[in-house]
Amino acid sequence: MLVLMLAPALLAPVSGAAAPAGGADQKLSQLLGRLAQASFADKAALIKQLAELHDARARAVLRAMLEENLYARGTDNEVFIATAAGAAGDRLDLTDPLTGRPVGTASPDDLNSIGIDNQLRTVLRVALAQFDLSSADPAVRLAAVRQMLRAVDADTIAALRARLQQEKSPAVRHEIRTGLALADLDGGTPAARLQAVQTLAGSLDPEVYSRLTATLQRSGDGSYAESDPRVRAAAAAALRTIDRSRSLYAIVQTLIYGLSAGAVLVLAAIGLAITFGVMGVINMAHGELLMLGAYTTYVVQLIMPQHIGTSIAVALPAAFLVSGLIGIAIERGIVRHLYGRPLETLLATFGVSLILQQAVRDIFTADNRPVTSPAWLSGEWQINQALSITYNHLYIILFTLVVFLLLLAVLKRTRLGLEVRAVSQNRAMARAMGIRTDWVDAMTFGLGSGIAGVAGVALSQLTNVGPNLGQSYIVDSFMVVVFGGVGNLWGTQLGGNALGIVNQLLEPYWGAVLAKIFVLVFLILFIQRRPRGLFPQKGRAAEG
Amino acid sequence: MDTSIIMGALGAGRSHSRLLQAIRTDRGGRILLGVLLVTAVVVPLLNLLVPRSSVLHLSGYSVALLGKYMTYAILAMAVDLIWGYCGILSLGHGAFFALGGYAMGMYLMRQIGTRGVYGNPTLPDFMVFLNWQQLPWFWRGMNHFAIAAAMVLLVPGLLALVFGFLAFRSRVSGVYLSIITQALTYALMLAFFRNNMGFGGNNGFTDFKDILGFNLQQPGTQMALFLCTVLALGGGYLLCRYVIASRAGRVVQAVRDAENRARFLGYRVESYKLWMFVLSAVLAGIAGALYVPQIGIINPGEFSPVNSIEIVIWVAIGGRGTLYGAVIGAVLVNYAKTYFTAALPSFWLYALGALFVVVTLFLPRGVVGLLARWRPRLRRRPPAPAV
Repeated sequence: MLVLMLAPALLAPVSGAAAPAGGADQKLSQLLGRLAQASFADKAALIKQLAELHDARARAVLRAMLEENLYARGTDNEVFIATAAGAAGDRLDLTDPLTGRPVGTASPDDLNSIGIDNQLRTVLRVALAQFDLSSADPAVRLAAVRQMLRAVDADTIAALRARLQQEKSPAVRHEIRTGLALADLDGGTPAARLQAVQTLAGSLDPEVYSRLTATLQRSGDGSYAESDPRVRAAAAAALRTIDRSRSLYAIVQTLIYGLSAGAVLVLAAIGLAITFGVMGVINMAHGELLMLGAYTTYVVQLIMPQHIGTSIAVALPAAFLVSGLIGIAIERGIVRHLYGRPLETLLATFGVSLILQQAVRDIFTADNRPVTSPAWLSGEWQINQALSITYNHLYIILFTLVVFLLLLAVLKRTRLGLEVRAVSQNRAMARAMGIRTDWVDAMTFGLGSGIAGVAGVALSQLTNVGPNLGQSYIVDSFMVVVFGGVGNLWGTQLGGNALGIVNQLLEPYWGAVLAKIFVLVFLILFIQRRPRGLFPQKGRAAEG
Repeated sequence: MDTSIIMGALGAGRSHSRLLQAIRTDRGGRILLGVLLVTAVVVPLLNLLVPRSSVLHLSGYSVALLGKYMTYAILAMAVDLIWGYCGILSLGHGAFFALGGYAMGMYLMRQIGTRGVYGNPTLPDFMVFLNWQQLPWFWRGMNHFAIAAAMVLLVPGLLALVFGFLAFRSRVSGVYLSIITQALTYALMLAFFRNNMGFGGNNGFTDFKDILGFNLQQPGTQMALFLCTVLALGGGYLLCRYVIASRAGRVVQAVRDAENRARFLGYRVESYKLWMFVLSAVLAGIAGALYVPQIGIINPGEFSPVNSIEIVIWVAIGGRGTLYGAVIGAVLVNYAKTYFTAALPSFWLYALGALFVVVTLFLPRGVVGLLARWRPRLRRRPPAPAV
């Protein structure tokens, strides 16, 4: 019973396809036969007829023709798709366009190429686009629409209008509307032109912008390119709308780039926020710990050159360990003896930074080392025609956020975090409660240094990896920490982002260097106003 | 403000006796002044009178090098004045030094005149190169030595006055002050690197021809500059010693040791710190102005934060809070730098780094403190306070 019910369902598509297939075969072979000897004008008509077959085989023929791989056999004018044979370069592999099967090889001398000229190339491209217009993939349809709009005539307009009726994808619909409106803007009645301008008002396409601007141009004799004043007024209004949304997107882009520049600052500074903020220790070697993280990335990539994509994932923990351990060594060896003498700590750690820099110079030479970016970090996200954001800007924002949240979790949710906060608030009392302050100091310093190493991995993707990498970030990092308020991770986060955005906002007007100088001067003045930063630490322990 | 304190003290007759008294108890200072006097006599003799063939002849290069050490010594003394006696650790004193140097450099650039590559009588070469048509306003008058000399004092002084006024008024102190002084010199470095600032950008000023009509290449001119530097160092030392011995100097030391207590006793802590800071900046500017004609170049690299931190280590190595210790430190470290950067280039940075660590950990009073261990008479000094 079930079989009986299914049988027609299974058979139907087969028979349904078979019946017209016979007619299509005949039609296709007939058209191909005529193609062999047609003039260029006839070919154009034949191409259109082929396109109207809506047959995948016809598409293959048209593509082969466009690529100049379509030949007619000299003896019987049979048409083949021919490509250069693999090994023997002087013979061509033939494919039967009707069956799609290989039918042996032939010498190029026996075949006549079916020639095309530039005009036919355009016709072919449009015809192929018409095929693609009914593709299931919206991206292919979008590309097809764009292709068709390059050579607009009555046929393509009709095809596009027909497509618009059944098109589901908003992006493709938008593209078709824009294209049709642009076509109307050229020809069309004044009413149609007015309608077209109104359709175009929301578009961010640079083509639309230039065409609308063109309607407002005066020609040499003082008359406008667009004769109807209503259309001109509408075009001017449309341009204003476009300008508004363009500048809006420009602001959005600046904000995102500012956020990412700020994220870099936060990343560089957040380790410092722990050592300086929580422990009150100035670590001038912090920049060099960043540098070590970046060099760790380089070394990891040297070890596994085949796996650049995963090298970053390996480099992150490796850099955390390298910088963290060196940080602990600095704390145990030097900083421990200098608690309560911040200026001396500053000088001693500066000495460490000189030693680390020179060590790196001796090991890796003074030249910048090449660090490869994995493929998934490059490329950009095209949101619309006025707004696109490169992926590394987004990743750095995300990465900083993750690091920040992890650090916050460590400080607020773990035993170590609790002890760190206790020691930073009141060292003597914490010790009296049985906390091993020595151990906590070493761990805190290690944590801050390790985070610097992780930040170094991120920086290796953004800037040159060289011995001076740390130096270029140290002043900025201190600024961020001091601006945000010592001992406050949220302050660091907010401070870094604010500085990044301000810098990015000023840059287009003043240039990078002047913007940076302004930010520094602003910070110097800001510290006068609020000597303890945006979010000062409260309580007796905070009084210096 | 409290200029009256310093100015009044300067004018009073008994101030001389106070300075004399200060020198009488200052053994290190007397030795320093003696050494400077000997230098001022011996170096010209060895350089100008001893024939070139002799082993004892001192080359022009060595004189310039010694002159450089002396200017660094003045700079170190300026830093010691505020770090050792006020507890203000400036990581931006290189900026005042460089500003003084730039002011002198502007004068020297104007003296080149038509002898430049482009032969423009008023515009320095780099402005011609940038296609500038006329001199920017801040270059006007810099062809007069008196105006340039005034700028050497005024520019660093005014910057220190404004910066210090803002910083001390809002009680920025300790590491925060250190960090913003670092930001100051960093910002200035970025600014001076820009070509359109009108200070020669990247290349700075160089290729000077003469000063006050005397050719800078002549041994006589070089010697005169060297002697001026020795004089400035000796005079600077006496001035600093005098200021410290004055009432204001005692207040400042009280501020260093217990700022809040001094404030509660009714002293205007900010004003004392401010004037000390300005004096120190002016001294640094003079050092810079003496440095440029002897070395023959000034560029924005002088503003680099690393340079400023290095000055601090000279002071720390010599011995903080002694003034002459700063001089010893500056000369020692720079001599070692000259020697090692030529002999063992990569060793020098390790050595400098290690110096920072060793001195802070084991020699809190520097070389002077080390010497004092063997000389019981110096041991009576109170230990340097932790800052």
